[in-house]
Amino acid sequence: MNLHEYQAKELLKRYNVPTQEGIAVDNADDAAKAYKEISVNTGSKFAVVKAQIHAGGRGKGTMIEVPEQHGVQVIKSAEDVEKVAKNILGNTLVTIQTGPAGKKVSKILVAQDMYYDGPSERKEFYISILLDRAKKQNVIMYSTEGGMDIEEVAHHTPEKIYKEWVEPNSPLLPFQARNIAFNLGLSGEAHKNMVKFVTNLYNAYVGLDCAMLEINPLFKSADDKVFAVDCKMNLDDNALMRHRDLADLRDKSEEDPTEVEAAESNLNYVKLDGNVGCMVNGAGLAMATMDMIKLAGGEPANFLDVGGTANAQTVEAGFRIIMKDPNVKAILINIFGGIVRCDRVAAGVIEAYKNMGTINIPIIVRLQGTNAEIAKELIENSGLKVQSAILLSEAAELVQKAVSA
Amino acid sequence: MAVLVNKGSKVIVQGFTGTEGSFHATQMIEYGTNVVGGVTPGKGGQTHLDRPVFNTVNDAVKNTGADVSIIFVPPAFAADSIMEAADAGIKVIICITEGIPVQDMVKAKAYTAGRDCRLIGPNCPGVITAGEAKVGIMPGFVFKPGRIGIVSKSGTLTYEAADQTVKAGMGISTAIGIGGDPIIGTTTKEAVEMLMNDPETDGIIMIGEIGGTMEAEAAKWLKDNMRKPVVGFIAGQTAPAGRRMGHAGAIIGGADDTAAAKMKIMEECGIHVVASPANIGKTMAEALKGAAVTA
Repeated sequence: MNLHEYQAKELLKRYNVPTQEGIAVDNADDAAKAYKEISVNTGSKFAVVKAQIHAGGRGKGTMIEVPEQHGVQVIKSAEDVEKVAKNILGNTLVTIQTGPAGKKVSKILVAQDMYYDGPSERKEFYISILLDRAKKQNVIMYSTEGGMDIEEVAHHTPEKIYKEWVEPNSPLLPFQARNIAFNLGLSGEAHKNMVKFVTNLYNAYVGLDCAMLEINPLFKSADDKVFAVDCKMNLDDNALMRHRDLADLRDKSEEDPTEVEAAESNLNYVKLDGNVGCMVNGAGLAMATMDMIKLAGGEPANFLDVGGTANAQTVEAGFRIIMKDPNVKAILINIFGGIVRCDRVAAGVIEAYKNMGTINIPIIVRLQGTNAEIAKELIENSGLKVQSAILLSEAAELVQKAVSA
Repeated sequence: MAVLVNKGSKVIVQGFTGTEGSFHATQMIEYGTNVVGGVTPGKGGQTHLDRPVFNTVNDAVKNTGADVSIIFVPPAFAADSIMEAADAGIKVIICITEGIPVQDMVKAKAYTAGRDCRLIGPNCPGVITAGEAKVGIMPGFVFKPGRIGIVSKSGTLTYEAADQTVKAGMGISTAIGIGGDPIIGTTTKEAVEMLMNDPETDGIIMIGEIGGTMEAEAAKWLKDNMRKPVVGFIAGQTAPAGRRMGHAGAIIGGADDTAAAKMKIMEECGIHVVASPANIGKTMAEALKGAAVTA
């Protein structure tokens, strides 16, 4: 589950990770109030407005409705903040990560300006923590090259990316925290602050059950303090059961509405751009079915795993979700009945089909497993416009016919 | 004999008295698996499915001599159950549970790595040695006994592969569902290696999916150890990058994670890679014939 920057920063504070202070608001009046509060606290007229969406590249991104407005902007007056708030809120931000359709912005973060002058040079670094699947350990990746696209850095100057692996069942060890601060070229007060920062950041990563935690830029101010200026946090969905308060932070408006609806019916659905819908039991077989559709000359319209219980309710919910997509020209149902008997699944498919009323596109049902023959007969004698198959290769042929028709 | 489990395996069920545990324990017993008891903390001393229930895995091992455990414990407690089984001296720990937090598995993996045991899963259908022992949730009837081994990250796709193998005139020695999570106990390479060394297995079907590097590692090992034909399939050739496809581990993070990249390296290492999942059984039959001719 992805979080917004403002949500992630609040969570970091629980672990004493210093962050750029800010106030999240959803209207221009509150934005002006937030600006006043922040400028009183900081004693500076400078502040920054940041659009809150689940995508990066906001600073370079622009609003569809107000093309001269970027997703992140420095401001220096209450009038500024109101104008920028009106430009952004309710409008659509397009960045390199959103795709051309962009994302609607419903909240902005009005935040303190960190780039004030002082005795030392300001610096921007990069740090992220994630799972290294191959080593089966968490890894801290960091770089002196902050504020940039880290994939570019990794590609062009891989020597500028450092890694620190953390032993399972161990916190980040003090020498590792020092390694990080030294490799980032810090000394004195800034070094001490960085050691504290990364130690607490790792505790936050583990304590919150993050799947990924990225701070870019990780900022050293002109007075040698260390702050998270931005924060991208992705939580492990499997761990939300032990963080009920975090589950409430889900912003469903950031997700595809059909995918949200599918999740409510306990279906695992991912929308794709093709013309053949599919409904399958099991994630691996579902992916394999998508691949088979492609090889048969179609393009998969979705991934949909109905799970272990392919009954009338789940199949009907699956039908409704797939058919919301006007590009779908045919639907393939592929169920390997293991412990679930195929004749029961067939009865469920027939019931769901009847509940749907008219379906104007070809439906191909492939049921294999216990009582597959009886299931095939049930489907064929149902009088419905449904084609039936037992072998996967037969199903592929039927898909081929359907897409070439 | 085959690998991991057989007629002689003494199996206990962790999460024995729960709905899932009861249902699948019944199915395993019907298949002929030697289920010697189960564990549900707080229910020790009771009898369930005509078998003793113990409070701890340690008690179960002492009283029954169990050497294999299958885990149906809910996700919040499953990693702890894995570590309990490892501590009690269970040799083969098979964890079916789906949805275990990743950080829990980081700990459990490190814990089992330091002990004399093998973890299979989590988030897997289990292991079946056809005609001998089913320690999992797969439909047993699909796996007719024979001499083809299967290694797979996916449940229903394993059944599909087994079914095609049988329909093509062969049968199954042992099928190992290794699981679809980012961190799993036994890797593709380790499972393939077991089957390669098994005298009762003549060919291996290796089914992977997008995400991670396990198939590439297995392929590189196979390049120097290919003593039997291996047929490979990677699910997710049409999956978009950055989206999780059902399984927690099935996500394309970088260029090496894609189905195309994995299929390429598998082919280069001498694996018979099939593009369509409908051709797994047929290709294995042909590969076996080819192997017989060259031998």
